Amino acid sequence: MSTLSPEPVKPLLDGSLKNENEKKREIVRVSGLKKSFGSLEVLKGIDLSVREGEVVVIVGPSGTGKSTLLRCINLLTEPDAGHVWVDGAEITARGADVNKIRAKTGMVFQEFNLFNHLTALNNVAIGLKVVKKIPEEEARRRAMEELERVGLSSKASSYPAELSGGQKQRVAIARALAMDPRVMLFDEPTSALDPELIGEVLEVMKKLASEGMTMLVVSHEMGFAKEVADRIVFMEGGLIVEEGPPDVMFSAPKKARTKEFLGKIGAIHGGTVVA
Amino acid sequence: MAGSDVLAFIERILPDLLRGAVITVELASMGLFLGLVLGLPTAFLRAYGKGLPKYIATLYVEAIRGTPLVVQLFIIHYGLPDLGLTFPRFVSAWLALGINSGAYQAEYFRGGIEAISAGQMAAAQALGMSRLQAIRHIILPQAFRLALPAWTNEAIYMVKYTSIAFMIAVPELLARGKMIISWYFRPTETLLAVAAIYLVILWVVARLMRLVENRFKIPGIGFETDQRA
Ligand SMILES: Nc1ncnc2c1ncn2[C@@H]1O[C@H](COP(=O)(O)OP(=O)(O)OP(=O)(O)O)[C@@H](O)[C@H]1O
Ligand SMILES: [Mg+2]
Repeated sequence: MSTLSPEPVKPLLDGSLKNENEKKREIVRVSGLKKSFGSLEVLKGIDLSVREGEVVVIVGPSGTGKSTLLRCINLLTEPDAGHVWVDGAEITARGADVNKIRAKTGMVFQEFNLFNHLTALNNVAIGLKVVKKIPEEEARRRAMEELERVGLSSKASSYPAELSGGQKQRVAIARALAMDPRVMLFDEPTSALDPELIGEVLEVMKKLASEGMTMLVVSHEMGFAKEVADRIVFMEGGLIVEEGPPDVMFSAPKKARTKEFLGKIGAIHGGTVVA
Repeated sequence: MAGSDVLAFIERILPDLLRGAVITVELASMGLFLGLVLGLPTAFLRAYGKGLPKYIATLYVEAIRGTPLVVQLFIIHYGLPDLGLTFPRFVSAWLALGINSGAYQAEYFRGGIEAISAGQMAAAQALGMSRLQAIRHIILPQAFRLALPAWTNEAIYMVKYTSIAFMIAVPELLARGKMIISWYFRPTETLLAVAAIYLVILWVVARLMRLVENRFKIPGIGFETDQRA
């Protein structure tokens, strides 16, 4: 993957285009994002920027607001304060065409959330038909291509209940990819899977990353993070504690808390390091 | 009483009873249809709506489920004319059965909707579907399947409930039976014939619903099919 500076990427506006990476388009930008549920403040002011082709892995303890952050980026959860831009369009702007901007982000959920009443093929085709208004034949053809991309064209006519967890998640990835998103959001895509099924999903994600897809991934698969991530973001208590490239984050983090957490998580969710 | 005499009697009254049965079937199917038209939106208003529309939907369901069907029928047929609304007997019966069924169907569909995980709506919206599109393409087809067994029961109840229409002299199956009894004074054979015709209708309804359930059956969206004949 590309080499990124250890510093968090600076906002586009400050004009300091030092290296190649900073010239790349900003696909997601989050600024001053806050969200509370009742009296519980879950996000306390998040600033984050993801550039084209970047793979950012978000880690952090349970209940820290990682899922909430992802859900705010496509407005499945409405933030209380702050702004979110996706591919240049502000989804949090008043009067923004939320459905249209949402279609630019693909989301993959921990529990797959495949549409139970549709075959694998139709799960992938439905967004094309309903949202993009693509005619039936064409939609099915493109859906088949997406299934091939995740290696599941042979399961096109199976219903979700007839698929393994790993296959479900791969169909879910194909479903999101079919919409031709500018960024893919993954919320713990492998944590509901039996250990022997995790690999096939990570393989698909690695392939996506190598094809240049911009990805924001909440995951504790440290092997994947070390191998694929351009940047690791460590969140705790509704704030970003530290972020940086994997080698720096793992070997020389600035904050003691980062070191402690990544050490612990690496011991549980380690994996082969190919970095 | 000789067996041949009974058969001859039944043969004599059968055409009249069958004319009543046709009205029974018409009332039941039209009542179910009206119930569906009222019940589906009511279910979605209760599940997804807010404010006044949701309140009205809840009020409708609670008011209907909290009062006897006969009272509802009498209000429509004898009460509404005071407000200048007069309906033919058949229409009054149809409205009462349909409005009543709508409240129950709403609850069956709401049960179906609520059995669908919130993740389905989230996934649909994440693809860029509006809430309405998600309801139409993702929630409704699943809620419909989940509600089918309860809906089958509703269809069977509906056929039986049409018999209350005899109270406002709609010439359906039971009303015909009553008339025949007053002509011939042979209640046992007449009522047995009436009951047998109801049985046949209900058997056909159960078979039909079984076909519908098989037609829409999808692995993983569970509804029991083999409990009914
Ligand atoms: N819709 C909601 N209503 C109320 N509270 C919520 C809601 N969604 C999340 N929360 C709460 O917000 C906090 C952060 O949740 P979130 O799911 O974002 O954390 P997370 O970092 O993804 O945790 P995990 O690793 O367990 O998935 C939790 O305390 C959670 O209970
Ligand atoms: Mg989470």
